[in-house]
Amino acid sequence: MDVADVPQEGNATHVGQHRRVYARGSDGRLGLVASRGWEVEEIVTLQATKAFDDLAEAARARGRAGSAAPLEFHMYRARMDEALLAQAVGLWRWRVHRHLRPEVFARLSPALRARYAAALGIDVACLETVD
Amino acid sequence: MSAIVRHYGLPLSEAAAFGLASALTFAYIPFIKFYGLPLVSYRMPPRAIMRGLQKPLGFKMHAETFRTPEAGAARLNELLAAGRLVGLQVSVFWLPFMPPDFRFHFNAHNLLVYGRDEASGDYLLSDPVLEAPVRCAPADLAKARFARGALAPKGLLYYPAGVPREPDWKQALPAAVKKTARIMLRTPIPLVGVRGIERLARAIERLPVATDPDRTRQFIGHIVRMQEEIGTGGGGFRYMYAAFLEEAAPLAGRPALADLGAELVEIGDRWREFALATARMIRARDPLDPARLAALLREQAGREKAFFMALDKAGR
Repeated sequence: MDVADVPQEGNATHVGQHRRVYARGSDGRLGLVASRGWEVEEIVTLQATKAFDDLAEAARARGRAGSAAPLEFHMYRARMDEALLAQAVGLWRWRVHRHLRPEVFARLSPALRARYAAALGIDVACLETVD
Repeated sequence: MSAIVRHYGLPLSEAAAFGLASALTFAYIPFIKFYGLPLVSYRMPPRAIMRGLQKPLGFKMHAETFRTPEAGAARLNELLAAGRLVGLQVSVFWLPFMPPDFRFHFNAHNLLVYGRDEASGDYLLSDPVLEAPVRCAPADLAKARFARGALAPKGLLYYPAGVPREPDWKQALPAAVKKTARIMLRTPIPLVGVRGIERLARAIERLPVATDPDRTRQFIGHIVRMQEEIGTGGGGFRYMYAAFLEEAAPLAGRPALADLGAELVEIGDRWREFALATARMIRARDPLDPARLAALLREQAGREKAFFMALDKAGR
């Protein structure tokens, strides 16, 4: 890649940070050049963040309707899935899966709630609602 | 990694440290998963890079992990108080200074701590993703260091014992180059090196385009994220290695390496084209066609095979 080919497309995900890319300068040597971003990077990053945003929104709607535990919304908002959340709280995955059911979540002990809240980096009161 | 070495008085560029540690590779590990997607990596894991630098530079890197966040924080403070520069493995998600769109539960991120603000207790760090040094509160850093999940850091910290010295370039550079060629061509498991690229091509062909196009798009997008968003330089570290070869040629007295560097830049450009083709499919500017991507990957495997065979020869 030549210096003139380094993309400078401006990437919303980088919030003003520059990326460094190796490119061939006019002296024929490779060196680091600052890039303002490449659309390709933006597309794939936003694809990943959007997947979680969509899941979280759907879980929030289900939480409001009472068909899912608020835990599901907070899990996706912390960009976790069941497997990751299970590892983060140190429970078996099937237990986490079960705790996503609203009636099971409602019976959850304060100790377990505190563990979930700590693993998700929020406080317990926040864990109990989807707003 | 190179910043640690530079701190101890040896001027070594990032590319040179990368090449000297034989850090370039390709790995497709379907049974280590992030969000249900396989591990795809274009470089060796940080610990291997660390170890790779020890021999040519003649020093030892001390690595420690901890059972509890308290023990980890205490040891970090002790080392900083002794004026050391300490490398840490962390999870990106818990670092408040990261751009929000980068904050995923990716545990193999590395940064450097160079000091501590006595008044507030904040750590002063330098992160390869950011241009300027940043501060981080102890509670956030503890969370990032002791995140659980795949490749959990367990508070890993590392610092050099002894002083790195300038290597014997004429011996160390050909050895490093040969090792990279060996990893790419002759790793006994078919998931690493050129065969790993072919395996990944096969996995892409098997994606459920018709039944689950979403999963297909996530999978191919994930590959490009691993290629372009991780690390410096783009092109799955191929450009960085090319820069290393260019630097190495005069030092090792082997001009053939510079020509190979130019060839590798071409290969890096092809990786970028693969990324572009993938992104266009994700945005539905082109029809979703994994078979075409697989064909591109196979071409890449062929090119890299020829390239690393030539590199192997040049290292002899």
